[in-house]
Amino acid sequence: PPPAKYGGRHTVTLIPGDGIGPELLNHVREVFRFSCVPVDFEVVNVNSALEAEDDINNAITAIRRNGVALKGNIETNHTMPSSVKSRNNLLRTSLDLYANVMHCQSLPGVQTRHKNIDIMIIRENTEGEYSSLEHESVSGVVECLKIITRNNSLRIAEYAFQLAREKGRRRVTAVHKANIMKLADGLFLQCCREVASGFPDITFDSMIVDNTTMQLVSKPHQFDVMVMPNLYGNVVSNVCAGLVGGPGLVPGANYGRGYAVFETATRNTGKSVAGKNIANPTAMLLASCMMLDHLKLYDYATLIRNAVLTTMNETRLHTADLGGQGTTSEVVQSIMRIIQSKGQLTAEI
Amino acid sequence: MSCWGQSCLSFCGTVPVICHRRSRQASSGTMAALRGTLVTLVKGLAGARMHQLASRPLSVSASLCGQETPPPRADGTFKITMVPGDGVGPELMTAVKDVFKAGDIPVEFEEFHLSEVQNMANEEKLEQVLTSMRNNRVAIKGKIHTPMEYKGELASYEMKLRRKLDLFANVVHVNSLQGYNTRHNNLDLVIIREQTEGEYSSLEHESASGVIECLKIITREKSRRIAKFAFDYATKLGRNKVTAVHKANIMKLGDGLFLQSCAEVAELYPKIKYENIIIDNCCMQLVQNPYQFDVLVMPNLYGNIIDNLAAGLVGGAGVVPGESYSAEYVVFETGARHPFAQAVGRNIANPTAMLLSAANMLRHLNLVFHSQMVSEAVKRVIKQGKVTYLLYLGCLKALCLLVNAHSH
Repeated sequence: PPPAKYGGRHTVTLIPGDGIGPELLNHVREVFRFSCVPVDFEVVNVNSALEAEDDINNAITAIRRNGVALKGNIETNHTMPSSVKSRNNLLRTSLDLYANVMHCQSLPGVQTRHKNIDIMIIRENTEGEYSSLEHESVSGVVECLKIITRNNSLRIAEYAFQLAREKGRRRVTAVHKANIMKLADGLFLQCCREVASGFPDITFDSMIVDNTTMQLVSKPHQFDVMVMPNLYGNVVSNVCAGLVGGPGLVPGANYGRGYAVFETATRNTGKSVAGKNIANPTAMLLASCMMLDHLKLYDYATLIRNAVLTTMNETRLHTADLGGQGTTSEVVQSIMRIIQSKGQLTAEI
Repeated sequence: MSCWGQSCLSFCGTVPVICHRRSRQASSGTMAALRGTLVTLVKGLAGARMHQLASRPLSVSASLCGQETPPPRADGTFKITMVPGDGVGPELMTAVKDVFKAGDIPVEFEEFHLSEVQNMANEEKLEQVLTSMRNNRVAIKGKIHTPMEYKGELASYEMKLRRKLDLFANVVHVNSLQGYNTRHNNLDLVIIREQTEGEYSSLEHESASGVIECLKIITREKSRRIAKFAFDYATKLGRNKVTAVHKANIMKLGDGLFLQSCAEVAELYPKIKYENIIIDNCCMQLVQNPYQFDVLVMPNLYGNIIDNLAAGLVGGAGVVPGESYSAEYVVFETGARHPFAQAVGRNIANPTAMLLSAANMLRHLNLVFHSQMVSEAVKRVIKQGKVTYLLYLGCLKALCLLVNAHSH
């Protein structure tokens, strides 16, 4: 379908989700309104407490219409019956958002043990251990199926190498556990090798996931671009997020053929900090900047991104997760002040 | 602000509202007076806002006090292209400029006088207008009149503008305004018309002497595009129903394709009801029971007719605002596009349509406050009964204009 852009204004689906999602997305909307960004949001609420799937189907249809979405994380309650599937997962598989991309970069203003980290993580988003195929074959014995397919592995490897080439990266590392899961991860590795042969300018190597995590926490600078199946992706992306300063700092994007959904990289609901004005808005704001880049509104994206990064340099404004005392609203106000001081943009709409 | 309101009322009280007098002397309801009242009202509404500077007492620290909402991002001025057009266009544009000045609205106009009938049109001028529109991306225009005689060019300047900027969707908001005496009250329709193909493709030729072939083009891509626009617009405004208007019983392939595209797009919008209706039945229903319609979508020529019909229902061509969208650009204008050359210089044209359209433009620019200010002012003036001479011939005139414009 043609993109939802009329008169220069885009329409983007907004899914508030649970926990800190709604408040952070409100801040995003406020910053957008303040900077006169030509984006209108179509808000679709998904109630995670209901068993019916109507809400999430509405959200999926809305994303099919608009093509782009910004979302908070929708809570998956473990106490609900197992027939109730994870809403986030449902969204990803229905729209076939096969690549989850996360760019971990150390921010200059944030104190961490490792400095100057710059890793891109590409994670297969639709299959692997997250296929939601489980059953109790015999009483007390549960079988959980991990699915690896040739097509999806080729697709994600192709995406990883294309992205590496686009961004001028030199190395792609495939993370796997093929010594144990010889057929499943073996297939994944083989697909990665096949695709790598078509990209002679990029070095390809592989590393077993346990070694990877150990190397990440001791010598993270050896990694450049990493590609991996679903579960390892979850683990490795959280480790990397921790390395650069925490879940409040890193944005993530899910790309499919024709659709893109942007959210925080580590997908936390943040229930413990919800409503207390102490959550870190950086991740969500940087995710919204990625969305603006996707919509080709590069000027607005750079304006907001620079404002966010400049604010991050001030230790006084760090929120609780970075060890500071600042509140979310203070951070957002500071960002808006910086945008205001740089704003020639309104005159040339 | 109340003192301004009072002065408005007293002003209106001393000036008799025209009822049944048909004489030219009844010029109290002139456009100038209307504009005057509007300007006063808008000034009144604007005045209260200017003294909103924050001041904090010294006893309160800065970090605790910073919660006042920042003003909308309008400290830069917005640049808008303005093409006054022919007929009463320039007068209407002056009205818009006056009202904007009174309301201190941060908009700057870049004017271009493009006119086919006044011999002020050539390719170079068109290019200038197009460049300006491409830079500013928002424009406000009057009607550029198309002469009836065939001077060698099949496409008029308006059509050329539309095609070059790909303004494929024309939206007309048909809302009954309180204060106008019409047969139907509380009408609220949106009419969406495909503006770049259909019968207006400018493809005609004389295949044999005395035999003319005129091609009507319908493409799947453009039909889908306008259908998606209609449904997206309906979703944005929270509307419940979209009705496609067609004549697929006669033009089975042409309008059939249009209908099929609309039905395909409708599947992505489960919450919006989709219906279709044939154009002849639609026109009849519009004059008998217009309340059954919500959003209408249709190809080019039917759109032209239904726009004007619906405008006539709520008070004429001087009342309905309209806009044209492309993916990148928007052009704001009146809904029913007539140059109305008979009224030039006589101060009787109705500026409502252009002013409401200007208010819509402000909303598009995210200047919601200013937009509401202008539209509230217009609605208030109309409610008070300050109507122009023209309106009492209201529907009659509109129908005459319609017949006049389409009687060829």
